[in-house]
Amino acid sequence: MSDDLLDRLSASLRPTPAGLVPRRLLTGLAAGGAVSLALVAAILGPRPDLAPAVSQPMFWVKFGYALALAGVGLWAVERLARPGGLARSRLAWIAAPILTVTAIALWRLAAEPPAVRMGLVMGHSARLCPWYVLAASLAPFAGLVWAVRGLAPTRLRLAGLALGFAAGGMGAFAYAMHCDEMAAPFLAVWYTLGVAAAGALGWLVGPRILRW
Amino acid sequence: MLRSLDGDAAAYRRLLAELRDRLGRYFARRAPPDGGLADDLVQETLMAIHAKRATFDRTQPVTPWAYAIARYKLIDHLRRSSRGRFRPFEHDDEFAVDDDSAAADARRDIEQGLAALPERGRELLVAVKLNQEPVADVARRAGMSESAVKVAVHRSFLRLASRLRGSGDAP
Repeated sequence: MSDDLLDRLSASLRPTPAGLVPRRLLTGLAAGGAVSLALVAAILGPRPDLAPAVSQPMFWVKFGYALALAGVGLWAVERLARPGGLARSRLAWIAAPILTVTAIALWRLAAEPPAVRMGLVMGHSARLCPWYVLAASLAPFAGLVWAVRGLAPTRLRLAGLALGFAAGGMGAFAYAMHCDEMAAPFLAVWYTLGVAAAGALGWLVGPRILRW
Repeated sequence: MLRSLDGDAAAYRRLLAELRDRLGRYFARRAPPDGGLADDLVQETLMAIHAKRATFDRTQPVTPWAYAIARYKLIDHLRRSSRGRFRPFEHDDEFAVDDDSAAADARRDIEQGLAALPERGRELLVAVKLNQEPVADVARRAGMSESAVKVAVHRSFLRLASRLRGSGDAP
């Protein structure tokens, strides 16, 4: 092969800023999250009891849970968006927030008489919650797909899975603005299911849409 | 690689030239020997390395990163050329083991370390340690005493060792 290509490539070299990968990922996630928040506010509306709810710990546990899932997902994507990145241990950290919230939920259930336990799990919106979480994940999902396609993932399924978790966490965050369920068991089951669905979506479509 | 990312075009060109040679061998072993396919893949990989250089993690060595891109390009090519039936990508296991990059990395590091030694010390080290020539022969040829040869070899050896421990990926 001639040296032409090398000359051309080295002539077009521009200094490359460090930290471009996380910045691009954050941009995609934040832009998608903003769209999602706006859509939840416009279509579903904020929860009616927003003002009194902020003083309750569960209000913050919900947002904290959503952000923790998004954070771990994004952290794994940061590795998986680079050639050769594997990030199995980073992905495994997704279990930490899930186990924490599950523990809180079990502790809460154990403290209640059996008759009301089912009600704590089901709330009044169990049938819709995972779907709303998944729907609210779509905008951050798209934002992250844009970001990752500009990078260089080589394990597309795992990258899709991690991307889906991150988008799902962000979607759960946006939906929590509307949702007024306050029981930890509800959170542990239905929010987790919605985020897992977003992860599964990423796992399924990753090999097709993350190619570069 | 770090100097390249900061915009040093000369260092970048040297790095690309070295990668080109190694990618050429990599693809020559894996691609069918017809119609310049290996050359195309080398070219495609070099362009991807250029376009995606921001995904290089500055704390990691450069070769595994470059080979990961090469492997991706190879699999992408195989997948595209088996058009008709969809073969989703599974990079995890199929191709991960069939790779000599770790050995190649070590070899590259040692070659670079040797090249950085003073010439006389390097020659003595290679003769005594790598080629296993008797110290007496080497000493006679170099016009040195045997103990002087031993000391020089030992010094070079220490210098090489500290270089391999200390510096990661120089270019």
